[in-house]
Amino acid sequence: MSSTETQQTAGRAKRRAYAIAASVASFLVIVVTTYLGLLAVTFFIGRVVPIDPVLAIVGDRAPAHVMDRVREEMGLNLPYYQQFFIYVKGVLSGDFGTSVLTTNPVMTDIRRVFPATMELATVGTIIGVAFGIPLGVLAAVRRGSLADQVVRVIGLVGYSVPIFWLGLLGLLVFYARLGWTAGPGRIDVVFEYTFTPITGFYLLDAILNRDWAAFRDIFAHIILPAALLGYFSLAYISRMTRSFMLNELHQEYIVAARAKGLSERRIIWGHALRNAAVPLITVIALSYAGLLEGSVLTESVFAWPGLGLYITNSLQNADMNAVLGGTIVIGSVFIAINLLSDVLYRMLDPRTRAR
Amino acid sequence: MSTRLGIDQVPDNNTSSHTGEFRDMFMGKMNARFRPLLAGAALAMIAYAGSPALAGTPADTLVQAWAIDDTITLDPAESFELSPAEFLGNAYDMLVRLDIDDTTKVKGGVAESWTVSDDGLTYTFKLKPGLKFASGNPITAEDVAWSFERAVKLDKSPAFILTQFGLTKDNVTEKAKAADENTFVFTVDKSYAPSFVLNCLTATVGAVVDKKLVLEHVAPVTPSDDYKFDNDFGNAWMKTGYAGSGPFKIRDWRANEVLVMERNDNYYGEKAALARVIYRHVKESATQRLMLEAGDIDIARNLEPGDLEAVSKNADLATTSAPKGTVYYISLNQKNPNLSKPEVREAFKYLVDYDAIGSTLIKGVGEIRQTYQAKGVLGALEASPYKFDVAKAKELLEKAGLKDGFSVTFDVRNSQPVTGIAESFQQTAGEAGVKIEIIPGDGKQTLTKYRARNHDMYIGQWGMDYWDPNSNAETFTSNPNNADDGTVKTLAWRNAWDIPQLTEQTKAALLERDSAKRAEMYQKLQQEALDNSPFVMLFQQTEVAGVRGNVKNYKLGPNFDSNFLAPVTKE
Repeated sequence: MSSTETQQTAGRAKRRAYAIAASVASFLVIVVTTYLGLLAVTFFIGRVVPIDPVLAIVGDRAPAHVMDRVREEMGLNLPYYQQFFIYVKGVLSGDFGTSVLTTNPVMTDIRRVFPATMELATVGTIIGVAFGIPLGVLAAVRRGSLADQVVRVIGLVGYSVPIFWLGLLGLLVFYARLGWTAGPGRIDVVFEYTFTPITGFYLLDAILNRDWAAFRDIFAHIILPAALLGYFSLAYISRMTRSFMLNELHQEYIVAARAKGLSERRIIWGHALRNAAVPLITVIALSYAGLLEGSVLTESVFAWPGLGLYITNSLQNADMNAVLGGTIVIGSVFIAINLLSDVLYRMLDPRTRAR
Repeated sequence: MSTRLGIDQVPDNNTSSHTGEFRDMFMGKMNARFRPLLAGAALAMIAYAGSPALAGTPADTLVQAWAIDDTITLDPAESFELSPAEFLGNAYDMLVRLDIDDTTKVKGGVAESWTVSDDGLTYTFKLKPGLKFASGNPITAEDVAWSFERAVKLDKSPAFILTQFGLTKDNVTEKAKAADENTFVFTVDKSYAPSFVLNCLTATVGAVVDKKLVLEHVAPVTPSDDYKFDNDFGNAWMKTGYAGSGPFKIRDWRANEVLVMERNDNYYGEKAALARVIYRHVKESATQRLMLEAGDIDIARNLEPGDLEAVSKNADLATTSAPKGTVYYISLNQKNPNLSKPEVREAFKYLVDYDAIGSTLIKGVGEIRQTYQAKGVLGALEASPYKFDVAKAKELLEKAGLKDGFSVTFDVRNSQPVTGIAESFQQTAGEAGVKIEIIPGDGKQTLTKYRARNHDMYIGQWGMDYWDPNSNAETFTSNPNNADDGTVKTLAWRNAWDIPQLTEQTKAALLERDSAKRAEMYQKLQQEALDNSPFVMLFQQTEVAGVRGNVKNYKLGPNFDSNFLAPVTKE
């Protein structure tokens, strides 16, 4: 290796290090601004809604001096900017305040409700991916055929049917009529005495406890709401898979592969899908993040104690600490998942890897 | 960093709009009125259903589905909501309890007997001998005194039920004290009607708490101007803890999820028949109905009229109901010059289609009632002189100089049955030329506006704070200071109804020691309100539950802390 080449390599490495540092820095700036903006907007919306938060704590019937005392305790008599300042200071030291509805620290509440939502979203996304990708591939390969039309209709129904209705229908058919799945809730009451949650992810907890009866029951409870959420992400994932695949199937390398005499199966699954997988990662990640926000209606129909219900309920009672805490968690999840899909994207795409 | 990273490469789809669509599905764009419709369509499917697979609940356990998200604490000194009242009513005992066979009277709880001194100031309670808390600690008069002390010193929402008798943080240890192990002496500041004092002591804030047990769990507090004590009287622990002596003990509560009660084997009275009661938090009526039909729950507590009807037609299920101490009303703000005319107030009472509302909108969940006291409470007046009569109303409006009607706004929270009632009233009032503009809003939002007296008309409900006529009389027919900065925000104040005379009469009824005379005074107040008040009383709420056929002796009481579960059995 000549010296000029070494210099060139070193220079390239330096440039690359700068580029990485710059992108990390710009990323951090974006994250911090996003958070601050998120906090400020949510905070001030929460303060201008015409609902008295004190009412939610002490109720309509409390005497005036109790209301005044609580208002003072909560710092609600201070000017807005001071309240915001105090709040941000708390957040920076890891204190997200106390929920006025549950009187627990907000993070304690979220640690309780978020695993429920996350477990449901994870199982839902697994179902969505497991069925959505093959269906999308099928639709792309048999473009215009009956199979394509069927997948299209499945997707359209998934888009357009209200989840509340579909949830009730699912309960009626699979729970009430056929008895294939368990009913609403996360676990049957008979396990109330034997099952102790550890992580809050019940399926995982059952495995950790080696409690297979509980595992079966938890699975029977989660499968219906998860299938429902899975159906919605399936609808989205299969549509996107189809269009990515169509794009790939028209590329020249596919023609080349066919000319080379590769089997059609190899072409579709080994080459086309592999390339389509790169943008698909983002689609799946976004759909997963969407599910992690918690689906209020699904959680309501299935009596699922998750994040969506928690935030909605808090919002209706002007319980702003809880709403802000929930917003920050969702914001963080979005950022984390974007980051993750970014990393995966770079790993899977040889062009970005080489750069 | 773009959140739609990589998507720019998508060839033939407008991805951002798809992402939007996708997100919208999860945001719940459906409007509230559309939902029951869909639910109904979904439920129509069940017409096909054969007998569903029966899962069944354990034979020694009663499983109830109920929206229990109003529970924020289990401390009797702080709790003031509906669902915890039921938990505390079953898990704690008070000095005296409401007699459900005659709800104008009380009977002994932990107190065996009581006497009132001739001057009406001193109440002496003798406790039943040999009682024990669930923990095994004996129940003594000292526990009763300390329960009063902590409720008054903590001064949470329900504390006024005790402090209205002149108890303060400084004098409570003197005014509520143990004379000996079995004698508790309670001194009040005025010669109140004994029925009033005893009725108030049935409230959950008067629950007897296990002092020895709670003292093991007190947390230190730095005293401040608002709170002068160095400990929290176990308030933090009691939020989820249990220190009572009722037929059930509370084992576990997870907010918005579940509450578990177990039989208390140390209970002095007849022991609970079932080993445990489990409440599951389920909000949707349709979901509750499905679970009830499938046998996964024994009792469904939030059934709406449609589901209720289906349950009552099912041979395996039954329904049970009881009138509760909550009344619904439309109120007219007297700051509005039109609404403040006596003829208009009266005319509006003729513009409600009581029959139609009673037979459709509140069928099964309420009963038409035109007086403000709940049926069953001492001195409740049974009178319903008003009928829907447009001609009569028009005549009255003409007398008020409003022959051509007028326009007025109406704040209505968007939940049933109030939305339906408001729409019905909008239509019937329109027949007399009154143009009503409904302003829909979230419950807490309309309430905030109402409490600030910024409304014209409002539709609301009022639940009794404690089982005594003073509770409703004090809010409907008393208004000590009608000024905008008045601190006692009774319903009369909220509607700017200035009534010095009625306020005095309400006060006087508190001091009438003859129960029969006292009842008469309350009836007079109700009659006055019926004739002149800006409250158009609509109905009294009925609580209904769907019950599986094998559940016996399940009976709802007149208020939530008397929904007693100890006698319930399963076959």
